[in-house]
Amino acid sequence: MTDDALQRVKFYQTGTQTVGNRLMDADSRTVQASTDRSNAITSGHRACQGCGEALGARYALDAAMRAAGGQLVAVNATGCLEVFTTPYPETSWQIPWLHSVFGNAPAVATGVAAGMRMRGKTDVRVVAQGGDGGTTDIGFGCLSGMFERNDDVLYICYDNEAYMNTGVQRSSATPPAARTATTPAVGDAPGNVFGTGKNMPRIAMAHNIPYVATASVADLHDLEAKVTRAMGIGGARYIHVFVPCPLGWGSASHDTIRIARLAVECGLFPLFEAVHGEVVAVTKIRRQVPVEDYLRPQKRFAHLFREGHEDRMRVEAIQLMADANIRRYGLVDAEDAK
Amino acid sequence: MLKQIEGSQGIAEAVALCRPQVVCAYPITPQTHIVEGVGVMVKTGALTNCEFINVESEFAAMSVAIGASAAGARAYTATASQGLLFMAEAVYNAAGLGLPIVMTVGNRAIGAPINIWNDHSDSMALKDAGWIQLYAETNQEAADLHILAFRIAEELSCPVMVCVDGFILTHAFERIDVPTQEQVDMFLPPFDPVQMLDVDNPYSIGAMVGPEAFTEVRYLGHQKQVDALEVIPRLTAEFQQVFGRAAGGLVRPYRVEGAETVIVALGSVNGTIKDVVDAERDAGNSIGCVTIGAFRPFPLMELGDLLAGAKRVICVEKSLAPGLGGMVASNVRMAMRGTATPVYTVIAGLGGRPITRASLTTVFRAAAIGGLDDVTFLDLNRDAIAGQIARASRHRHSGPIAENLLKALNPGLVRRVSQEGAKP
Amino acid sequence: MFEIRLHGRGGQGVVTAAEMLSVAAFDEGKHAQAFPSFGSERMGAPVASYCRISDREIRLREPIMDPDALIIQDPTLLHSVDVFAGLKPDGYLLINSTRGLDDLGLAGLAARLPAHHAICVDASGIAQRHIGRPLPNAALLGAFAGLARVITLASVLKAIRARFAGKVGEANAAAAQDAFDILTTT
Repeated sequence: MTDDALQRVKFYQTGTQTVGNRLMDADSRTVQASTDRSNAITSGHRACQGCGEALGARYALDAAMRAAGGQLVAVNATGCLEVFTTPYPETSWQIPWLHSVFGNAPAVATGVAAGMRMRGKTDVRVVAQGGDGGTTDIGFGCLSGMFERNDDVLYICYDNEAYMNTGVQRSSATPPAARTATTPAVGDAPGNVFGTGKNMPRIAMAHNIPYVATASVADLHDLEAKVTRAMGIGGARYIHVFVPCPLGWGSASHDTIRIARLAVECGLFPLFEAVHGEVVAVTKIRRQVPVEDYLRPQKRFAHLFREGHEDRMRVEAIQLMADANIRRYGLVDAEDAK
Repeated sequence: MLKQIEGSQGIAEAVALCRPQVVCAYPITPQTHIVEGVGVMVKTGALTNCEFINVESEFAAMSVAIGASAAGARAYTATASQGLLFMAEAVYNAAGLGLPIVMTVGNRAIGAPINIWNDHSDSMALKDAGWIQLYAETNQEAADLHILAFRIAEELSCPVMVCVDGFILTHAFERIDVPTQEQVDMFLPPFDPVQMLDVDNPYSIGAMVGPEAFTEVRYLGHQKQVDALEVIPRLTAEFQQVFGRAAGGLVRPYRVEGAETVIVALGSVNGTIKDVVDAERDAGNSIGCVTIGAFRPFPLMELGDLLAGAKRVICVEKSLAPGLGGMVASNVRMAMRGTATPVYTVIAGLGGRPITRASLTTVFRAAAIGGLDDVTFLDLNRDAIAGQIARASRHRHSGPIAENLLKALNPGLVRRVSQEGAKP
Repeated sequence: MFEIRLHGRGGQGVVTAAEMLSVAAFDEGKHAQAFPSFGSERMGAPVASYCRISDREIRLREPIMDPDALIIQDPTLLHSVDVFAGLKPDGYLLINSTRGLDDLGLAGLAARLPAHHAICVDASGIAQRHIGRPLPNAALLGAFAGLARVITLASVLKAIRARFAGKVGEANAAAAQDAFDILTTT
């Protein structure tokens, strides 16, 4: 592809916070608000309406491109992001992009980084990315190896809490009680079981890598800031981005941002940064909400709220998880606590 | 320079002379000494501009090689046995992407039962992954094939597997003429990839292809192998010019002129077979042999020509296709289609069982008088098998086959504590 | 072709001995092939290694079943492994032991070999004196050079020094020299 073929950014593509950004000084505006952004994933791809992953990836990659001065290569695990951006001969990727298989994106990225160094391209940076299945399950071994070696790769996990590409099956990031195709909402304990799953950001921190952060499409400015911070550091870095999936979660396409925000505000998805295994910053909850507010708009939790058969016990169990997060990360200042 | 060194060390030195830029290592017997050797050279500075990456699995090793190769760097790794199967998905992927990675396979059996010794089950399992497969007969050739492999791989944009018999070659001390850097540089130009991750010219590598073009992509992968049938002999000849000795090639005949019986085999066992051929010729028996140097692409024409005058062909194979017999024989029959020449399979050397001149001579002579089955297992212990079959027919819960066989073979090692009687 | 089989236990340098033997032969312009009886043996387990020496290229890949010489690095193997299997009628037998052949119950076997073809050497003791550890392989190679005259002591010493650098190499070479001297002067 020649530079002429690169699709430039049109004004309507400059992000949902454009108006607000205009009121801010130039340095504080989002990367997305600029028509000069790289447009790493250009429009016209095949993601579903309201896809949180498409939104998160675009913000993350454009921020990484700006931070790397345009010297960026993206490696992708198999998954929705890979499929909806690419079927040949079309591609939404306006940066060099490589997909190998499902479980090896972190290792492929290690190889790309090493290859670039050996070719003297020391300014080229590498981002690897995958969904929660590619990250917490099948790619876990390669990811841990990349972390342990502290390879110069930023790995971004777009977590929509199940295998959406194959038709909504449970992953080790699927929350308790959630209905998926392999945790159906039937029987005595409908949906996914309690007491399982992996906390990938904590596992990343346990590798003592230089930077770990969680982010959400509910706060895209924060996502960009974290990507930019990560790109300013060498070695292995990990960002875990919360990306609602309207198809898999049974939520309205226009509710993606709202649901992501409710996940943060109820405490189920804490936003924090960690440096060398220690939490250094958390985003406080401005207006704490009960988990029920977050769960109700999603059909994957509908069995918890059936008319006359509300499953208060399980909702309460989920509330306890949110409360534990709030305590662990100090998400609510003492005087604000409910 | 002539040296008396371990095969693995010779391979490591040859690989280093090829100026690899990224080398991935994950230990598995019997290839480990090779990557250790390269690792030492990187650490001491004898090999510069090369990153040596200790990965967490063979799957990661091939994946790192894929990334490095796609980034335009010359990438190398080595594996064996379970490791090759563990990376299988990435092995296919590397070929599909057309990345000219070179990998040594220190040939070893596949479990269960776990077995660390030599046979060809591993590389045979991945013979159709789209890689070119070269088999080394000696340690000199094992070293030389790596230099050829990088050249072939990069000329065709196709990965190459150099198959070296585990232990028999990898752990054997022999004389190896290690070439000079000048010679290798003359033969192997710097890597000039046909596709590369490049920020100035970005494109997507590895995206989905649907039914409308997948067949064509696969056809072109096949075509690369067909092209290799021309490229391998050409580069083999060029190799001989630069280095002054032969190495590689598609097929190598030995005393096949007028031979009624022709033996076909891959790898180091050809040395033993040649000794048998000489002895049998001295005894007045009409016999010769052909070494298959490249199993993929399979040299159908070349082999067919060499075997045209034979009255019988015997494939000595270090792998088994259960339910069929021999994979080499199946391929050789394809090369001899249209003829009525019988092609026998002799399964030999599985899991490291020594292949002796005495046993080979016996089966070759049996074949000459029409006394060989289509598929023969060399030195098979029929008593042990009959015992196990009888045991299994007596007891539903007859236990692990491997343990039972070994107890039968080593009665002295087993404590006679009512072992058979106690089990129902 | 001259074929040597070495028996010992894991950790005694059985494989290294065969390799050094091949290097010594190579240094004399001969073709040589050394290889282990491959296994996953740990320290102390019985192991064997092989070395072929020839004036021509060695193509054969089978284990050595009818050796021209046997080097037994550990006498405790005599009763647990069939170490003598296939030894040629005119072969050589070299055993690391403080005891004599009669004492080891090998008088009959030795009698079937040509005179002076079977011998015991206290290689562990020699090694203990020179290296400080009972690693008999270098001393046995020195003795072998004196016994079979297939390779010279000079090339054995060179191979030992090529394998072990500095003091360790010198100590091993001294052990080999000592064993050679003991064998050739008695």
